[in-house]
Amino acid sequence: MAWETVIGLEIHAQLATKSKIFSGASTAYGAEPNTQACAVDLALPGVLPVLNKEAVRMAVKFGLALDAIVPSRSVFARKNYFYPDLPQGYQISQFDLPIVANGHLDITLENGDTKRIGVTRAHLEQDAGKSLHEDFHGLTGIDLNRAGTPLLEIVSEPDIRNAKEAVAYMKKIHALVQYLHICDGNMAEGSFRCDANVSVRPLGQEEFGTRTEIKNLNSFRFVERAINYEVERQIDLLESGGEVVQETRLFDSDKGETRSMRSKEEANDYRYFPCPDLLPVEITEELLNEVRETLPELPDAKRQRFISEFGLSEKDASEISANRDIAEYFEQVATGSGEAKMAANWIMGDLSAHLNKEDMAISNCPVSAQTLTVLIQRITDKTISGKIAKDIFPDLWAGEADVDALIESKGLKQITDTGAIEAMIAEVLAQNPSQVEEFRAGKEKLMGFFVGQVMKASKGKANPGQVNEILRKLLKA
Amino acid sequence: MSLTADEVRKIAYLARLSIQEENIQTYADKLSGILDLVAQMEAVGTDQVEPMAHPQHMTQRLREDVVTESNQRDKFQAIAPATEAGLYLVPKVIE
Amino acid sequence: MYNKSLNELSAALHSGEVSSVELTQYFLDRIKRYDGEINSFITVTEEQALASAAKADKSIAAGQAGKLTGIPMAHKDIFCTDGVKTTCGSRMLDNFIAPYNATVVEKLEDAGMPMLGKLNMDEFAMGSSNETSFYGAVKNPWDSTRVPGGSSGGSAASVAARLTPIATGTDTGGSIRQPASLCGLTGIKPTYGRVSRWGMIAFASSLDQAGVLGRSAEDCALLLEAMVGFDEKDSTSVERDTEDYTSTLSKPLDGLKIGLPKEYFGEGLDAEVGKVVEAAIDEYKKLGAEVVEISLPNTHLAVPAYYVIAPAECSSNLSRFDGVRYGYRCEDPQDLTDMYMRSRGEGFGSEVKNRIMIGTYALSAGYYDAYYLKAQKVRHLISDDFRQAFEQVDVIMGPTSPVTAFKIGEKTDDPVAMYLSDIFTIAVNLAGLPGMSIPAGMVGGLPVGLQLIGNYFAEGRLLNIAHQYQQLADWHQQVPAGYTD
Repeated sequence: MAWETVIGLEIHAQLATKSKIFSGASTAYGAEPNTQACAVDLALPGVLPVLNKEAVRMAVKFGLALDAIVPSRSVFARKNYFYPDLPQGYQISQFDLPIVANGHLDITLENGDTKRIGVTRAHLEQDAGKSLHEDFHGLTGIDLNRAGTPLLEIVSEPDIRNAKEAVAYMKKIHALVQYLHICDGNMAEGSFRCDANVSVRPLGQEEFGTRTEIKNLNSFRFVERAINYEVERQIDLLESGGEVVQETRLFDSDKGETRSMRSKEEANDYRYFPCPDLLPVEITEELLNEVRETLPELPDAKRQRFISEFGLSEKDASEISANRDIAEYFEQVATGSGEAKMAANWIMGDLSAHLNKEDMAISNCPVSAQTLTVLIQRITDKTISGKIAKDIFPDLWAGEADVDALIESKGLKQITDTGAIEAMIAEVLAQNPSQVEEFRAGKEKLMGFFVGQVMKASKGKANPGQVNEILRKLLKA
Repeated sequence: MSLTADEVRKIAYLARLSIQEENIQTYADKLSGILDLVAQMEAVGTDQVEPMAHPQHMTQRLREDVVTESNQRDKFQAIAPATEAGLYLVPKVIE
Repeated sequence: MYNKSLNELSAALHSGEVSSVELTQYFLDRIKRYDGEINSFITVTEEQALASAAKADKSIAAGQAGKLTGIPMAHKDIFCTDGVKTTCGSRMLDNFIAPYNATVVEKLEDAGMPMLGKLNMDEFAMGSSNETSFYGAVKNPWDSTRVPGGSSGGSAASVAARLTPIATGTDTGGSIRQPASLCGLTGIKPTYGRVSRWGMIAFASSLDQAGVLGRSAEDCALLLEAMVGFDEKDSTSVERDTEDYTSTLSKPLDGLKIGLPKEYFGEGLDAEVGKVVEAAIDEYKKLGAEVVEISLPNTHLAVPAYYVIAPAECSSNLSRFDGVRYGYRCEDPQDLTDMYMRSRGEGFGSEVKNRIMIGTYALSAGYYDAYYLKAQKVRHLISDDFRQAFEQVDVIMGPTSPVTAFKIGEKTDDPVAMYLSDIFTIAVNLAGLPGMSIPAGMVGGLPVGLQLIGNYFAEGRLLNIAHQYQQLADWHQQVPAGYTD
């Protein structure tokens, strides 16, 4: 039988606020256990939540970016369940009135087609703490530093049909939240993770099959592997006459398989109800306008503009526009130097290589856009050759900021004086009479040898174009 | 409205409350009595009525995104049943 | 000394007639002498009280003192007090030393009031008789075989026996007004949102409100002034300036329109109690007030709606008591579920368990609409009743409690009978209005309370109305026999 897969993703993006969603404790990653869990985060008796303005603004920003509905009123609700990493015994989340509803996102499929994925909703909620299962005499340790970190849960429609689409969608959301500066996107630290709802149905059947939920997938690769495994598992189960059980499953990345979570065996009854400690959140027109003004040009629009305005190829434009900081850096260099293609090549080439090697974000890059602009200008105005530029790039990376001073101090200025070049060539020819003979006898490929010798003699400073031209003239003479 | 012993067991588990088996019926009787009291609400029509969650017609105030809290772990953990290396200890969590 | 008003005590402190240390010691001695019988205190903070009294004496000497400086008081054990055991009347918190102060505690500390200790209460404020406390029943000083009311039973009994000049309380469904009524005190529950809930252990968040139990309206006004005000730590706190309740106490009541809801004088009301209440209302006519009959047609639905909403909120609010970070943890848990089940099963008493289970049930899948949503709609109807009434009248009056103090043990096996103790007080919490109870007479040697209900933020007006009555009547001056020396 032919089967169709149906996937919906629930992405959890930690919002990049300084303090928690309902308390003034820091959200910084990596602190000593429980040193960033304040009275509110610990759910001490008598404490109360107060909502972080920035978390609201970030959620609104996301909604506007998705062209979604941001209703004027949204409500926080309590989701009740017991778990040691959930100090209140309930998670403050949103239920029937989320802050963002009915958005969509277009993804590009492998064959180049575009597919629209519906985003049902995005709501604000608290993150839970962490359970550490290392052996504390057979006990589990609880760290509540993460408890209360703001999360935006982004829920897709069940529009996704295979693991590749799921990854494309997740990557696109990943790029978007970073673009909006609302999430650092750090998947290793858990700032961006997702749950996948997976089911299969006979092709052509309208009704959905029974779904399972795979929890806490924190890499694109895991999303793909977990979904593929789960789809296969469900099909095998159905084809051998079995039934899929609606349950929560965990992906074991070592074994490459999903397994049922035993601790949640009983059906949950979350008893959602409006949180009586919080009032309805009002999103005013002013707030919407204020946030709208902070909205950056989004990746798709930027990509299009890079193609039309700077003449970049589709591929280069996609790559450069995927990261907002890189795109902005590019735009400064391209505009400043007037050489968009060269700017793109430098950024995707030497610059990216250095960044990758040091695992550094472009925001921390020691070579400023201004510096790279000057470097490119010196190539185009023939002060130095592209080769020399590549040679001195490590000096710029090491902290040298003045390109011209560097060229000057290293004496790297390109030799463009015809007389000087002719003199150098004459000397090279005089030192290599036999090669000159051979060339004149027809061994034209020796041209490269002569160019090399001249460049060597000029310490790379002679303009290669002129060298070629004059060499040819003198050799033919 | 009358709750059965089984329903009481189910509710007690959902609320994570251990109840002695011999007291289940007493709880069932008391809870059923309360539900009978509550059932008086059924007599009034409320189709056109908005639910009221809060006494005041206010909207949520938003706080600035500022870190105001500092580390008080020692003080907070002094009252904890079991801690080690700064962590709260609980019986093994099985996932 | 024991029966002096706060103003009199303040004058004595400022004139040097008595020091705060002496005054504090005087009340600590009364606690030692009488509280063995009454059981109104869970914790007496003698050392701390004397230390802050000494500090108060210095402020007074330095001329930096306010009106309340040096006057001792006591808190219901529902308010978190930094470094002091805070139990909420529960075994669950028997070992809980609060690591922070409630806003109310902070404010009264700033006002210079030494805290004598923490007062007994129904467990997690769930009760109308103070019999559900892990620390045992509190006795009514007027008759020690009877209850003081609840849940602020310790607050009421301690002030009634004059073991403290004044006390804080909280009121979720009548927990200040009903014990004030049963113990012959003046009690005020302000408008929801007027006093910060930060640090006040939650029972039902949308209903809970802190207030005062004192001898007189004047005393209550003084303390309440120091308690109210916006608190940025409480999202439900109202952004509104503080008010001077004392300056308006003496405003004449000419033309005051009093509404008497016919529903408050019918079935369920003890006839003798009814007579006392009517007599008190007649006194108001002498003060120039006009009395009209009004109707609050959904009154009979208040108790049913309350016993869905309050348990639903409490079932969630009390989930944090799980034995992980503080509070009671059972011995030798076998596994995680066992730890939850037994810590909570053993840590909570049976009435708390009743309410958690009712609330859990009302919110559970398939029942939410029929119970919780329905109750919220009924809440709206009740609130509308009051809104309409306040278009016609300035204040609503009626009995606080349908009966006088009942016998200890009389209603412990019948939760529904117990819940009906609050039939006249509960609607006020559902609407979020301010309410008071003032002593209005006696039946069989037991106090009867008159309830005053005001419109939103009409605390000042209520205190004024109560104070004017207390200029004519002296019920509030009466001290139970056995506590007068």
